[in-house]
Amino acid sequence: MYPQIASEVNVLSIPLDELIIGIISFLVVFGGLSKLALPGIRKALAERTAAIEGGIAKSEAAQAEANALKEQYQARLAEARTEAAAIRAQAQADKSAILEEARREAADVAAAVTSRAEAHIEAERASTVTALRREVGELAVTLAGKVVGETLTDDGRVRATIDRFLDDLEAKAAVTEAAR
Amino acid sequence: MGAEQILADGCHLNSGCGFPAPGVEVFDYATLWRFHLLGIDFLITKPLILLMIVAVVVVGFFTLAFRNAKVVPRGLQNIAEYGYLFVRDGIARDTIGKAGDKFVPLLFSLFFFIWVLNFLGIVPFAQFAPGARLAIPVAFAIMVYLLWVPLGVIKQGAGGFFKAMTMPPDVPKAMYGLLIPLEVVSNFIVRPFTHSVRLFANMFAGHLLLVTFSVATWYLFSPSLIGILGSTASFIVAIILTLFEVLIQALQAYVFTLLAAVYINDALHAH
Repeated sequence: MYPQIASEVNVLSIPLDELIIGIISFLVVFGGLSKLALPGIRKALAERTAAIEGGIAKSEAAQAEANALKEQYQARLAEARTEAAAIRAQAQADKSAILEEARREAADVAAAVTSRAEAHIEAERASTVTALRREVGELAVTLAGKVVGETLTDDGRVRATIDRFLDDLEAKAAVTEAAR
Repeated sequence: MGAEQILADGCHLNSGCGFPAPGVEVFDYATLWRFHLLGIDFLITKPLILLMIVAVVVVGFFTLAFRNAKVVPRGLQNIAEYGYLFVRDGIARDTIGKAGDKFVPLLFSLFFFIWVLNFLGIVPFAQFAPGARLAIPVAFAIMVYLLWVPLGVIKQGAGGFFKAMTMPPDVPKAMYGLLIPLEVVSNFIVRPFTHSVRLFANMFAGHLLLVTFSVATWYLFSPSLIGILGSTASFIVAIILTLFEVLIQALQAYVFTLLAAVYINDALHAH
């Protein structure tokens, strides 16, 4: 039952009608795609390329701007640091000067107080010596008067007077001691 | 009478019927419509109808996808654009360089028209790649031949082009007596022949293989152990071959287009 028509079919034949329809079909596809389909995608792809290139340029500009800002900021930071260092050095110098001044002033005041106190003590001592000298003189005069008056009458009285004088002297010395 | 008819008659293993091995007759389709134009007898068959349908579908699909092409692609444009960039960057620019951009419409048409035509080989009801009819690949190869040969004469001058195509550099002068005739035959006569036959033979063989294993699946399908085993094996092979065909179909469309680009490059630049 093998088909007998095999010999009638030549698969290597090229029928003219098929060839013509094949060429026309291809021209339809080529013409249709060239005119209707491909211009749209070519335009979209060109626009995309332009958009990407524009985006790259924009990002480059932004990058440059950021770099400039960073440099500016760094310069300012360095400036501020220098300024702060200068201020710190100045403060250090000021502090030393102030301390020195205060120390000198304190020393002066201390010296003044000491000298005043010394003068005061000196004056007091001098006045005390003067007072003592006067008192001793008075006492001596009093004692002498008493000695003279009593001698004329009674030796026993002279002795009593001397004793009394010495007692007085002692009492006075005690009073002076207590007053000190 | 084709294999389909034989099988429809209930020809199976053990039914007193030999294996109806498919032959070249499966490439012969009945004339569906016939007309005369300019003294040529046009016999319209299924492969030609498929060819015309695919032409319209390819143009329609890409027009729909690219008509409102956006900078940011979406939907159909995504896939179609991938195809466009594949042809532009992978074939035109890779082979021809920047000058290849002018030939992208031609290469794009060749690639997608041939690919979709080939794909019909495994589409149910179509089940035939029109490229398996020799006249179809020949039609495409003629178009490419009629482009690159005149293009070479225009770009390099008739003498320069002929010299570039037939006299390879760095060859002893004495060899040219042998080389020139060989190169003429190889580049101007055999080239369009191999260009078309490569596509035709691949589609032809693929179709014959699929038909053979499909017929075997049906023929062996009978109430016996050997019949069931043979039928199942044939069916599995037919499925594997179908998947294999998907690869071959795309590959042959690519090869045909790539060769067209190589020929155009020969015309543009002496090598």
